[in-house]
Amino acid sequence: MSDDEDDDHRRSIDLAAGDKPGGGVLSSDPPPPFSDQVLENVLENVLQFLTTRHDRNAASLVCRSWYHAEAQTRRELFIGNCYAVAPARAVVRFPRVRAVALKGKPRFADFGLLPLGWGARFAPWAVAFSSAYSWLEKLHLKRMTVADADLALISSSLPLFRELTLFCCDGFGTPGLAYVAENCRRLRVLDLIENDMEDDEDDEVVDWISRFPETHTCLESLVFDCVRCAVNFDALEALVARSPVLCRLRVNPHVTLGQLQRLMARAPQLTHLGTGSFRFGQVGGEQEVDLEPAFVTASRSLVCLSGFRGLTPEFLPAVLPACPNLTSLNFSYAEITAEQLRPIILHCHKLQNLWVLDTVGDEGLQAVAATCKDLRELRVFPFHAIEDSEGSVSDVGLVAISEGCKKLRSILYFCQRMTNAAVVSMSKNCPELVVFRLCIMGRHRPDHRTGEAMDDGFGAIVMNCKKLTRLAVSGLLTDKAFGYIGKYGKLVRTLSVAFAGDSDLGLRYVLEGCPKLQKLEIRDSPFGDLGLFSGIQHYYNMRFLWMSSCKLSLRGCREVAQRLPHLVVEVIRERCEEEENVEAVEKLYLYRSLAGPRSDAPPFVKIL
Amino acid sequence: MEGRTRSFGTDLDNLKATELTLGLPGSEKLTPTPVGNRGSKRTLADVNEERFLSRSGSSETDSAESSLEASPPVAKAQVVGWPPIRSYRKNSFQAKKVETESAGIYVKVGMDGAPYLRKIDLKVYNGYKELIEALESMFKCFSLGHELSGMEGHKGSEYAVTYEDKDGDWMLVGDVPWGMFISSCKRLRIMKGSEARGLGASP
Repeated sequence: MSDDEDDDHRRSIDLAAGDKPGGGVLSSDPPPPFSDQVLENVLENVLQFLTTRHDRNAASLVCRSWYHAEAQTRRELFIGNCYAVAPARAVVRFPRVRAVALKGKPRFADFGLLPLGWGARFAPWAVAFSSAYSWLEKLHLKRMTVADADLALISSSLPLFRELTLFCCDGFGTPGLAYVAENCRRLRVLDLIENDMEDDEDDEVVDWISRFPETHTCLESLVFDCVRCAVNFDALEALVARSPVLCRLRVNPHVTLGQLQRLMARAPQLTHLGTGSFRFGQVGGEQEVDLEPAFVTASRSLVCLSGFRGLTPEFLPAVLPACPNLTSLNFSYAEITAEQLRPIILHCHKLQNLWVLDTVGDEGLQAVAATCKDLRELRVFPFHAIEDSEGSVSDVGLVAISEGCKKLRSILYFCQRMTNAAVVSMSKNCPELVVFRLCIMGRHRPDHRTGEAMDDGFGAIVMNCKKLTRLAVSGLLTDKAFGYIGKYGKLVRTLSVAFAGDSDLGLRYVLEGCPKLQKLEIRDSPFGDLGLFSGIQHYYNMRFLWMSSCKLSLRGCREVAQRLPHLVVEVIRERCEEEENVEAVEKLYLYRSLAGPRSDAPPFVKIL
Repeated sequence: MEGRTRSFGTDLDNLKATELTLGLPGSEKLTPTPVGNRGSKRTLADVNEERFLSRSGSSETDSAESSLEASPPVAKAQVVGWPPIRSYRKNSFQAKKVETESAGIYVKVGMDGAPYLRKIDLKVYNGYKELIEALESMFKCFSLGHELSGMEGHKGSEYAVTYEDKDGDWMLVGDVPWGMFISSCKRLRIMKGSEARGLGASP
């Protein structure tokens, strides 16, 4: 399952925010004297032990020689915003990088709030890496537009390339995958997660699975559940059979249960399995086989189970043998009821991660709470993602989880109805919470028992959960809620706000009160220029601010752009028929950058 | 909740008070008008989504709406991107429903200057007007101007909508009857007017 925004858990390193513009190219200095060279070598050897990006950034600020030594020894490069730095600059400063993590579009792009064609193309980075980073082994891209040509370039220029992860990307299709399969002879990981792949015409679909080397492969992980078109199954089975170290396999929904059984027979050592559909093929009437023996064998190694898109519920009990050892279970595409969930979950004592659909209802969550005492992460997604549907999970389920799963660290919960009391309960029962994301789907919906705003609930979360770094709020909220966040949310790094607050004060509380705030995304809230100005002291410390459908004006945004020259302030229009200089700002996206205004902005983006 | 009581006559209006619903008593009142309403647009995508959901919604969740299956299911206008579910996830459920319906006629649409392609189902539209409107909505951020010159000749308009037919020829959209068009159209392209002028459109 994909890790969402857990930057802290990654062993990757950030580009130092304190890097002075123009200070990047230091190679024009005269070479250091001999003794200094020795010192630098010693330093490089020592600095190799620094792994986290925060430590490395700190080390690079000590003095010039530490800056040099750190730059020479940085192996993992993390760029949280692809427009924060130019590719050329990054590769010049860090010449020996082996692994890159690169993120593009702001998260609200996932929900259609960013018009298509906005940017975050991987192409310029592909060009830079293919010429400068001959030893590049790993690439992890998130929310970037990756073209087939980019994959062709990367795969053919980097002889040691072995790990590609594309998460929430778009722009590529099966031809791109074919390049990777064919050219990357040492490929160990190909993880394609929740990408919006190009729909290839029938005659354009490429049989990429057949392009893997015909000898034994080093594949450890093959994740392709987001690939929309069917793959050549015989080729897939043969590939799995000749991949002795394969331990993670997630197939797409075209793979039937019968086919799954064959794959499991070829790879009995899997630790992570994505089942594809979990039903037998209709075309040609596939013979139904019993999958239980396959899961008995798999239970020796399997810890993570997902897939189940298009599930035939009566076959679900086949997974039972594997349940006692499972630590991670993703049922978020399976429309199952509490009755169908209960017999499964009853055996999942070791479960730490669970994703479900709200079709399981409060009762299903109660069953989870009764068994999964070790649960760390829970996500409850809505089956009917509309505002007025009859919700099946509510405050009842939330309270049950909080009482049963005291070790909970991360929760994402979609519901129609909630109470402050339930949220307060969770804040007290689950002190380990690091991520709390509650989405009450009805806009401005108050506590359904008291009719009050949800201020006190969220207030309790920031007050009682001392480790909280990520928060998403919803429901009817006044400025008071933001007052609480500003006062108590001292570790909050990511905050998501929608349809909340009364006035600029709300935004001010947060921007002035949360020193660790890095990512702030706001939509449809009555915050205006005054609120925006209150963050001027802080924007250089943040990765980005997104505000859409608020009350900002062009004049206010211009003022911020003028006061902060290293901030790129983008005003994004939805409709081009409007005059260019309409005063009301529909969408604002601002971010610190060493690169200045980007040159690839489309016509509907105005950079102030 | 104006949307619920549609053209079924005043008798049904009076019966509303005695109607059995699955909502909590008084829950109907708990939906105040949203404040920051500037973002509430009902895009074509949202309308289509509602159509999918209304066909697929199970009866126990539709409560009062179950008797009004002919009308759109939601009383409030759906807002873009709310609830915040990735389209990837939304499409996973819709895709299953689509499989069981008759196959649509999917063609790719590209536009000069836009670095992406879209795929649309021609069966969804009843005629050229709807198609052009949909295209305008899809590529709105690339300054189509107020009229796509699919139909009235391309004077004054920057772009022309063209299509590739079964024979591989590029034609201007709008010249042949709609039925003939959707059966012969392989893909669409919104070209700059200057390029399109060179196309022979008439038989």
